[in-house]
Amino acid sequence: MTQLSYRAAFALIVKRDLMIAFRHRDDIINPLLFFVIVVTLFPLGVGPESTILSRIAPGIIWVAALLATLLSLDRLFKSDHRDGSLEQMLLSPHPVFILVLAKIFAHWLLTGLPLILIAPLLAVLLHLNESSYGALMLTLLLGTPVLSLLGAIGVALTVGIKKGGVLLSLLVLPLYIPVLIFATSAIDTAAMNLPYSGQLAIIAAIFFASLTLAPFAVSAALKVSTN
Amino acid sequence: MQFDSISAFLDMGGYGFYVWLSYGVSIIALALLVFFSINSHKKIKQQIAQRIKREAKLRQAAELQKAQTSTDISNNI
Amino acid sequence: MMWKWLHPYANPEVSYHFAGKILPWCARFAFAFLTIGITWALLFAPADYQQGDTFRIFYLHVPAAMLSMGIYLGMAIAALSSLVWQLKLADASAAAMAPIGATFTFIALLTGAAWGKPMWGTWWIWDARLTSELILLFLYLGVMALHNAFEDKTLAGKAAGILALVGVINLPIIKYSVEWWNTLHQGATVSKLGQPSMTADMFWPFLVCFIGFAFLVTTLICLRFRTEILNRNSMRPWVRELVTTEEQTHAV
Repeated sequence: MTQLSYRAAFALIVKRDLMIAFRHRDDIINPLLFFVIVVTLFPLGVGPESTILSRIAPGIIWVAALLATLLSLDRLFKSDHRDGSLEQMLLSPHPVFILVLAKIFAHWLLTGLPLILIAPLLAVLLHLNESSYGALMLTLLLGTPVLSLLGAIGVALTVGIKKGGVLLSLLVLPLYIPVLIFATSAIDTAAMNLPYSGQLAIIAAIFFASLTLAPFAVSAALKVSTN
Repeated sequence: MQFDSISAFLDMGGYGFYVWLSYGVSIIALALLVFFSINSHKKIKQQIAQRIKREAKLRQAAELQKAQTSTDISNNI
Repeated sequence: MMWKWLHPYANPEVSYHFAGKILPWCARFAFAFLTIGITWALLFAPADYQQGDTFRIFYLHVPAAMLSMGIYLGMAIAALSSLVWQLKLADASAAAMAPIGATFTFIALLTGAAWGKPMWGTWWIWDARLTSELILLFLYLGVMALHNAFEDKTLAGKAAGILALVGVINLPIIKYSVEWWNTLHQGATVSKLGQPSMTADMFWPFLVCFIGFAFLVTTLICLRFRTEILNRNSMRPWVRELVTTEEQTHAV
């Protein structure tokens, strides 16, 4: 048997996850639909005045993005756990770090990226200030990977539990608070035409910290869950 | 002593409700925590004791059965 | 070699009896310190010249808040030592701490609100310290919920330990971000409650209360730690022996 290089193993898992996901398209589309519907509920709830909407738009878009990511997280390890392929992956000679990172990357491609692409449309619906579109895109670009990385820890911990869904949100949502705070503040600052690079730098720092630390936590958690 | 009378003590300079609310709920919360901690400790011991008793009973029953079957066999022979 | 004296405590039986030995003493100290401290705080400590008698809430609020953070840190240290050195007992102690920490966080939140109502005019303001205390409560509840969700308590301890470690890395970031968010959104109408400079006759009752609460926490940790040990080792011969002898002494 030939030994796969780390890069090949990474690419293989990403490709496999994408292929499985494209066979079940609902899993990709449903969180997106949820994102759109939650955002449209807010104007109906608080009224259509554009001043109020543009004031609360960053918060709404980001909270909806958090919830949509949360909904999609279940898919990350659940089916693999059920059919036993997760245990096979943990037994493989490759470092678990690489495999976990590949799965998280695939998850981000399937949920984070579509969220980023659809976000400007929703920003239009919410009368987001024109000068903050760039900030919205940049914060989503740096922030959604963090959501996938931190969420993966929660999924890995709850994958062996039957009623893991509600528990997952209780575990993961408090960890999302810093990203939410800095992202919405960056968008608010951009709306006032002030520089928002400070907030972006902090989100980037959170991103890199979670990129290096989260896979270790995920692999430790998976070892507990598949026990 | 900071207070002249019991009523002044209970009044807490007009803030009685807030002070007594804090102290009351804190004491209740801690008392509940202590109660549940002791209770779960007792419960786990009871569970273990019950299991020991059940196992002893099962073992006795098994031995009794074994003795009976062996006597049956010897009678038959 | 330095740590050799610690090795016997990796044995559940030794730790169980050790915790049982220090438990009554901690309970006595907790009772004594808390009785003295709370009487002092309620009756003899002077009222604050600005805040009047509401300052007496301080003697509950601050120790509870400090301990709530401290217990989370202790839980994370226990979780780390269980992951790194595979100490099963560290798991048990981490599991023992979570409900205690959650109770203290709840007390800190409630007393904070009851102090805020006369001082700020509302029960709740999104003050940085109160908000991070609320998030701490969520973190505690998450650890407890995860621990309860597993049937196997050894697995439960490990999973909750990982979550506690992730939480403790996040906690400073959350605290910093909340403080930053708070200064950003500080309304002009709400004046921040300044920490009054503490005089000696306020500091001593505070210290006594704090020590009393710390002893109470130690007592509760010992008690719950013993429960966890029994729960995890219920099939071991020494546990069976212990339970049967205790049953007999109770029966007689």
